[in-house]
Amino acid sequence: MILTKAQYDEIAQCLVSVPPTRQSLRKLKQRFPSQSQATLLSIFSQEYQKHIKRTHAKHHTSEAIESYYQRYLNGVGRNGAAPVLLELANEVDYAPSLMARIILERFLQEHEETPPSKSVINSMLRDPSQIPDGVLANQVYQCIVNDCCYGPLVDCIKHAIGHEHEVLLRDMLLEKNLSFLDEDQLRAKGYDKTPDFILQVPVAVEGHIIHWIESKASFGDECSHQAYLHDQFWSYWNRFGPGLVIYWYGFIQELDCNRERGILLKACFPTDIVTLCHSVA
Amino acid sequence: MAAVLESLLREEVSVAAAVRWIARSAQSSEDDPGEAAALSSLRPLRKEFVPFLLNFLREQSSRVLPQGPPTPAKAPGSSAALPGRPGGPPRGGRGARSQLFPPTESSSAAAAEAPSARRGGRRRGPGPGRERGGRGPGGLEEGVGGESQLWPGGRRSRGSGSPGSPSLVRSDPPNLSNLEEFPPVGSVPPGPAGRTKPSRRINPTPVSEERSLSKPKTCFTSPPINCVPSSQPSVPDTSPWGHGLPPGCRSLQEEREMLRKERSKQLQQSPSTTCATSELGPPLPSWTGNLTAESADPARVSSRQRLELIALVYSSCIAENLVPNLFLELFFVLQLLTARRMVATKDGDLEPSPGAPVQVLEHQFQVLSYLDKGTLKLLAENERLLCFSPALQGRLRAAYEGSVAKVSLAMPPSAQAVSFQPETDNRANFSSDRAFHTFKKQRDVFFEVLREWEDRHEEPGWDFEKGLGSRIRAMMGQLSAACSHSHFVRLFQKQLLQMCQSPGGTGGTVLGEAPDVLSMLGADKLGRLRRLQERLVAPQSSGGPCPPPTFPGCQGFFRDFILSASSFQFNQHLMDSLSLKIRELNSLALPQPEPSDEDGESDVDWQGERRQFAMVLLSLRLLAKFLGFVAFLPYRGPEPPPTRELQDSILALRSQVPPALDVRALLQQGLRARRAVLTVPWLVEFLSLADHIVPLLDYYRSIFTVLLHLHRSLVLSKESEGEMCFLNKLLLLAVLGWLFQIPTVPEDLFFLEEGQLDALEVDTVASELGLDGMPVVDQHLLYTCCPYIGELRKLLASWVSGSSGRSGGFVRKITPTTTTGLGAQPPRTSQGLQAQLAQAFFHNQPPSLRRTVEFVAERIGSNCVKHIKATLVADLVSQAESLLQEQLVTQGQDGGDPAQLLEILCSQLCPHGAQALTQGREFCQKKSPGAVRALLPEETPAAVLSSAENIAVGLATEKACTWLSANITALIRREVKAAVSRTLRAQGPEAAARGERRGCSRACEHHAPLPSHLISEIKDVLSLAVGPRDPEEGVSPDHLEQLLGQLGQTLQCRQFLCPPAEQHLAKCSVDLASLLVADHIPVLGPPSPRGLERGQARRLLHVLLSLWKDDFQVPVPLQLLLSPRNVGLLADTRPREWDLLLFLLRELVEKGLMGRTEIEDCLGSLRDAQWPKDFSEELATLFHLFLAEPHRPEPQLRACELVQTNRGTVLAQS
Repeated sequence: MILTKAQYDEIAQCLVSVPPTRQSLRKLKQRFPSQSQATLLSIFSQEYQKHIKRTHAKHHTSEAIESYYQRYLNGVGRNGAAPVLLELANEVDYAPSLMARIILERFLQEHEETPPSKSVINSMLRDPSQIPDGVLANQVYQCIVNDCCYGPLVDCIKHAIGHEHEVLLRDMLLEKNLSFLDEDQLRAKGYDKTPDFILQVPVAVEGHIIHWIESKASFGDECSHQAYLHDQFWSYWNRFGPGLVIYWYGFIQELDCNRERGILLKACFPTDIVTLCHSVA
Repeated sequence: MAAVLESLLREEVSVAAAVRWIARSAQSSEDDPGEAAALSSLRPLRKEFVPFLLNFLREQSSRVLPQGPPTPAKAPGSSAALPGRPGGPPRGGRGARSQLFPPTESSSAAAAEAPSARRGGRRRGPGPGRERGGRGPGGLEEGVGGESQLWPGGRRSRGSGSPGSPSLVRSDPPNLSNLEEFPPVGSVPPGPAGRTKPSRRINPTPVSEERSLSKPKTCFTSPPINCVPSSQPSVPDTSPWGHGLPPGCRSLQEEREMLRKERSKQLQQSPSTTCATSELGPPLPSWTGNLTAESADPARVSSRQRLELIALVYSSCIAENLVPNLFLELFFVLQLLTARRMVATKDGDLEPSPGAPVQVLEHQFQVLSYLDKGTLKLLAENERLLCFSPALQGRLRAAYEGSVAKVSLAMPPSAQAVSFQPETDNRANFSSDRAFHTFKKQRDVFFEVLREWEDRHEEPGWDFEKGLGSRIRAMMGQLSAACSHSHFVRLFQKQLLQMCQSPGGTGGTVLGEAPDVLSMLGADKLGRLRRLQERLVAPQSSGGPCPPPTFPGCQGFFRDFILSASSFQFNQHLMDSLSLKIRELNSLALPQPEPSDEDGESDVDWQGERRQFAMVLLSLRLLAKFLGFVAFLPYRGPEPPPTRELQDSILALRSQVPPALDVRALLQQGLRARRAVLTVPWLVEFLSLADHIVPLLDYYRSIFTVLLHLHRSLVLSKESEGEMCFLNKLLLLAVLGWLFQIPTVPEDLFFLEEGQLDALEVDTVASELGLDGMPVVDQHLLYTCCPYIGELRKLLASWVSGSSGRSGGFVRKITPTTTTGLGAQPPRTSQGLQAQLAQAFFHNQPPSLRRTVEFVAERIGSNCVKHIKATLVADLVSQAESLLQEQLVTQGQDGGDPAQLLEILCSQLCPHGAQALTQGREFCQKKSPGAVRALLPEETPAAVLSSAENIAVGLATEKACTWLSANITALIRREVKAAVSRTLRAQGPEAAARGERRGCSRACEHHAPLPSHLISEIKDVLSLAVGPRDPEEGVSPDHLEQLLGQLGQTLQCRQFLCPPAEQHLAKCSVDLASLLVADHIPVLGPPSPRGLERGQARRLLHVLLSLWKDDFQVPVPLQLLLSPRNVGLLADTRPREWDLLLFLLRELVEKGLMGRTEIEDCLGSLRDAQWPKDFSEELATLFHLFLAEPHRPEPQLRACELVQTNRGTVLAQS
């Protein structure tokens, strides 16, 4: 699903200040029935993350934390079964999972002697049963299962999607009889930067030479693409030459501007692959 | 000079003898005694002749060429700053002004006077103009008795001789105040090529009254172009190393004024001058001019004869390499040919005369015929040439038609990054993880900087240092360890070679294959094309026939990078690395003489040889240029030292510094081995970047002397056995000629005393026909190395297009088409008799045979090492692993100190490395013959084949065994070390959890739902169950069942499943079970507002149980079912129903998913939590029930029952 910048902006416009819940997602799908759900979710998630990055700091001042914690305490004091934490997060326009983390950290600071380590917090967020306070455990769990942009479950889903697409890509390469080295093999050889696949024999796609393929199970928007270019794609180019990036959930058309330079974008596995002929028949 | 010419005219001396006389100090046996006698009296003037001749010609032509393209250099003025050895004898005679005519007292007096003038500390000479003999207003102009003009227009009287007379000139008179057309000296033309240093060629000769050592040399002059003094202060930074030359000229008008004064003074002082002239007869016509003066000439020698004589002498000097720069002279001649002013209106009886330029061209036909096809075409189509010499035109046309020397227009290659090579770039090559990761980042920063440069360096106002300098220095700052420096330098150098080396290319756009734009369009379209081109690209400054050294294109990036990095360590490492690579390439075995077998096959081979030679040569030139740049960087400045004292002290210091690379030794080796065609071009590049002091240092001075000698010896017309090939010579003449014009090279160096030259005879191994005798140079290479030769073509083209020629017409770029790595050839390692035999064997075989054998040996040797690594070493590593496992078992989990472990293992395993040599020998023995056989022609005689095979086996074995015996122990150690750390890491806590994993069944088509989809779906169910939810939201029982079914499929097809996903699925399934048990799943639709039917719930739990038991391969966190939080879900439901939980617990035990005691523990710990009182009681009951009973189906067990019925009843029911 390749969108023009204008199409993308139209979607992004609808996502301003929308909480990352099941319900919001449902509405979004109704609003843009022609777009694929996965693309919409990916865009939504990225836009929301941008929003959170922008506002992250203001939720982490000690005043803010204190005020959230008090509101939480008051809320569960009135009714521990009510979705206190989730509503608090939505009210202050912050991700429920992240709000859960703030409150959990604050709670543990109060109840434990030593400040909680990150790994303890992460572990409790993954399995709220470990949280010593039953009410808080339920509140946290509720935040996590209701958050469609952050939290351990969402992270796992994203990771799984990425993995699945790599597997998918590998199958396609095998099917096309293209031999390659995968990330693990490259790492074992001591490569310092490793795309998903390096082709042992380069191919041409739409007239461009391809040495490596990177699979991205997300939508390629400006922000993420720039970051990927800087951290990954150019680094691959620096080592292996030109290559192909597949944004399985589409990308903004205008970003595919480095073709001549050696970075080609596609939203699916290319059909037009030219391989080196060993002998002319 | 005049005396010499006179002798010639009187036919006392033949031209050949005169030229011999000029060329050699000693008498030659060919010389007629009479001739020798005639010339010997003129001996003091001998060395003056050529400079004078050249200056004379330039001076004469200057009127015709005021607005021509960049003008050829004049020969040096004789009094210019001398590169003399400090303290050495002053060079005598230079200051003497030779006169074209007559040999009178005045000229000899001047000759005698000169040394004293020089001894006078190079201060003011006897009078203005005296200092520069060549520019002196000798008897000539007086003799001519008017404005001498080079070409037509001689009819004009002195008074009407306005050179810009519109009736005579087709184009507009030059607008001297137009800075663009007449850039002030030292200014930069706009455009990318702007960073060039103005060479002396565009400096008008200043005849300064005070000429000190500090004045820049300006001996090569342009036609009279006004300097624009107002623009001089703003001379931008234009030199390759970033310092502009100071403006060095005075107004020419001023100079002319001085000349005029001097002339009139002389007229008064020495009447003999004019006297002698009149004695000789008529005024000399312009040497290139028409013969209008002839009619008034009663003398015995006609002007025409004189003209032809001068042309002949000039041509002979060119042919004998007595002029510093062959192509400069050709350029000059073509300039005359194409001079605008020559298109004079036919004026009465004025007939076109066989102009001297055409005559010179006739003499140089051979050189012309070797120019590229485009130039030939333009020459052949030149109407003036046709007009003056139809014969020459015919020959040129024939040469054009026969030529295949198309030099193609090619696109500059886009940047390609140096590829990552695990052998040199992986972690093992770095001292620490930190160094490795730092270098990883540096590589990316380097390319980021490079890309940014590519994007922006042509933007106006963009500045390298401002844009990238701090980033580069920050990056260099991180290169702390020496090892990192060497890594970075390797990257830098490889990238440099990859981007800037311009090989003959592979396939496609090499000679004669690419369409030639010029010939496709035809001459008439040139103007249009040119305008188009000008619109498309910024006007390119062509740099003229003698451009100063520049760093065009990508080279600029590397130069600026070095400058911005300003890192001593980096420069040192870079020099080391460049020197090494230069040595390596310079000694590379290149094609050996091919038996005279001119069929197509050897032609194919030769293409390959040439290509390889071109690649090596171009790489060497590039590397040497950068080596020169870096090596002389600390010493480089815009000017020579201001005083003699300072210069002497600098010389004393510098003479102690050893050269960065012993280029003298390499030059001597090259000459001895007849490889000058390879060595000299790169040496020239290296020297071109030297500073002003370098040519004065003994070491480099001797190099220049050798080069001068070589230059003189490269007579193009000599074609005999053992001579250098024509194009090879042409290449050397072009690069040397260029070098002699570099501003830092003393201008009169070329006219050194011959005594020194003769002393430096290089003995070559005459028997061997080295590279010099091979046709390794073609036009493409020639033009690639010497793009300034293309100026000839531009000159001709711009004349055709009617342009002013200011920018030299078209810019024909000869740029690389591809970038290919250099195939490193193996060094010759064999020694002794066998090696000699092998050499002898190759001697009479085609060179491809040798290459094949060497190639096979190199590859097989290398493969052998790899094979040993993959077999023997890998076996040893697995032995190490099993030994280590044993160790770990016997010594407990941590196994002890890793370093100690490694030592133990290595001491056991390294001795096995000895097998490597045996195995290596076997490998080479087995593999090499087949490879040789496959690569050599089928028809290779059996004996040759088997010898080739044996040599290949020997070389391969030698290569492999040398490496193995030196490195096998270290290699085993390294691999074992890696294995140990791998094994120890694998002992970590996570390893146990991994366990065995099963794949999906063979028949699986991988159509199961994706794990991510399932997690997402289950997450939705969980979030619905936990709430908050809208009233209409819910889950249908069917959906739940379907979901679990899908989960089962996914778990069976493991194609897309990764452990983290499976773990989350496991945890979610447990959460789901807990919600089922607590009846917390909101069911869709009105009929069952309370939740799922118990039966349905039980069925779903059954499915889950079986998934847990059979399908999950990761541990399922079943204990979570009894976590306070999940059990607590039951507390909220009213009425509480415990039967599903009890059922679940019993099933877990039944299926062996949890042990009884495990469940008991969980239940026990549940009691500790805070519960409502009634809930605690019910929980306790459940606990007892579970403890007391073996498993039995319990259709319904409600909380009320738990509480109401006494224990006995419950038990009885169970």
